[in-house]
Amino acid sequence: MIGSRLRAEDLTLGYDGRVVAEHLGVQITDGSFTVIVGPNACGKSTLLKALARILKPQAGAVHLDGKEIMSYPSKHVARQLGMLPQSPSVPGGIVVEELVARGRFAHQRMLKQWSAEDEAAVADAMRLTEVADLADRFVDELSGGQRQRVWLAMALAQQTPILLLDEPTTFLDLSHQFEVLDLCAELHEDGRTVVAVLHDLNHACRYATELIVMKAGTVLAQGPPAEVMTAELVEEVFAMPCRVIDDPETGTPMVVPADRRRRRLSRTRQAATA
Amino acid sequence: MITLRAGGLSIRVHPRSLAVGAVLLLIALAVALVNLTTGDFPVPVADVLRSLGGRGDAGTDFIVYQLRLPRVLTTLLVGAALGASGTVFQGLTRNPLGSPDFVGLTVGAASGALIVMLVLGGGGVQVAAGAIIGCVVTSVVIYLLAFRRGTQPFRLVLMGIGVSALLDAANSYLIYRSHLDEAIAAQVWLIGSVNGRTWTEVTIVAVTVVVLLPLVLYYGRHLTMLTLGDEIAVLHGVPVQRSRAVLALAAVGLAAGATAAAGPIAFVALAAPPIAARLSRSPRAGVLPAAAMGAALLTAGDWVAQHALPANDVPVGIVTAALGGVYLSWLLFFQRRNR
Ligand SMILES: Nc1ncnc2c1ncn2[C@@H]1O[C@H](COP(=O)(O)OP(=O)(O)O)[C@@H](O)[C@H]1O
Ligand SMILES: [Mg+2]
Repeated sequence: MIGSRLRAEDLTLGYDGRVVAEHLGVQITDGSFTVIVGPNACGKSTLLKALARILKPQAGAVHLDGKEIMSYPSKHVARQLGMLPQSPSVPGGIVVEELVARGRFAHQRMLKQWSAEDEAAVADAMRLTEVADLADRFVDELSGGQRQRVWLAMALAQQTPILLLDEPTTFLDLSHQFEVLDLCAELHEDGRTVVAVLHDLNHACRYATELIVMKAGTVLAQGPPAEVMTAELVEEVFAMPCRVIDDPETGTPMVVPADRRRRRLSRTRQAATA
Repeated sequence: MITLRAGGLSIRVHPRSLAVGAVLLLIALAVALVNLTTGDFPVPVADVLRSLGGRGDAGTDFIVYQLRLPRVLTTLLVGAALGASGTVFQGLTRNPLGSPDFVGLTVGAASGALIVMLVLGGGGVQVAAGAIIGCVVTSVVIYLLAFRRGTQPFRLVLMGIGVSALLDAANSYLIYRSHLDEAIAAQVWLIGSVNGRTWTEVTIVAVTVVVLLPLVLYYGRHLTMLTLGDEIAVLHGVPVQRSRAVLALAAVGLAAGATAAAGPIAFVALAAPPIAARLSRSPRAGVLPAAAMGAALLTAGDWVAQHALPANDVPVGIVTAALGGVYLSWLLFFQRRNR
């Protein structure tokens, strides 16, 4: 049986009294490329933050290797699990290489400040995300897409077996989107567990080994894209009538939204039955 | 960046920061030496050095060890403590105005000292103790008020400025209701000065620096991560709550020790870190360069206070306040960007 090093049980998540999700449970299959999809504000980022212990659940717990994630020393967790947050604030006056190098903090100590492994990890991360050319540029002077790749490089430099990515492809042009997705696929092939929030359902179906479909703070479905991604589900989750066909390139499910007139018809019909 | 590796150990230094720190330290020590030679009885450098080496004559020894060295050491150590405290607070609040003299800590220390002086009628070490207690209590109050809901560094700065205005009013009231001679003594203390400091003050600030500076240095890498924001810091394994608490308490302690020894000296904590950062071309000053800058600034300030102004032996707090005013205007006029 395949295990789940990272799992959440019966979570209540929210901010300052506002509850975003209740009784939320997920298990992240080890070695999977799990993609989370769902409408805006349904709680995808909130779930990811809870899994990465940067949001404390109001109830329930996140477990890593069978123990509550908060019970480990922070550095121990940081060597197992890394995350690219959705919109980190950009610090002023810091250059790209320095920021990526700080991604090694979890592997360093007072008298082990910069080992040969640190150096190699940073160089690798910058090469894989194609930010080596930007090494001496100030992070706050980069374009959104460049910045996104720099933050990704910082998370990669951490070299964790589990990697959570919140919308790693936003801000990126089409070719860079696929480069990042290909990179995730390669990390996954190397044996890492990758969890990504994506908006494009077709990207999700192409790359994911497992989909988690969320709506309003609950998980509606979890499983391989071919089993999960149906026209009924897309209509239920995104209120978007569509057809699901085979992607001519990969054979994975492909979501084709219905024509504008048919969508309007379905909306009026829905309103009439409601 | 230069990396030194030996066995499984490695340390990494920013060469320019190291150079800036070393040069500033040398400047501080050189000016300190000048301050030892000058005064009512000029003593040649050679005699001062002989005295410091333990081979001076009785007269020179008295002047050096009893009259001047305590003042010079107090100046160096207070400057270093303020510089270090400033860079830690500015890092924690991610704000160039987040220094202990701006967020009300030194005003709180002053309130503590004034209560001892004017209400309880104490003096000497009791005033220093009052300053330390005042500083610590104020920091706890500001922390509780500002960090009620999560951690928002900007709230801390604003709350500090608010509390500081309140305490300023309280301090004015304490002075207004006291006798004239007491009021004058209190007012002089409020300016911040190293005049007539003794080995008692040296001991207070030396203990503070020896205990807290290594702590701040050890947590310096955590501070670097914290400036990226709490989320990123947690993700990379910084125990955010503990690191922040240790750093904040150490920085409060440094400010408290400095104020206990020399009164609320203005602007050194505010200005030393960014100037050191600018010289070392790094986004934020490391603890040691900032401390060296603080020591150099205050020592030079004391030389100016003793020699460059018409009135004799002006409190150094007047000089640093004037320098600070110039610095702040410069900051506002010429700073291109938030860097
Ligand atoms: N820092 C925050 N404070 C308060 N509410 C938040 C915060 N972040 C997100 N929310 C709210 O929580 C809900 C879920 O947000 P989020 O998890 O970011 O959604 P998404 O699925 O788009 O990533 C939204 O209603 C959002 O407004
Ligand atoms: Mg989101």
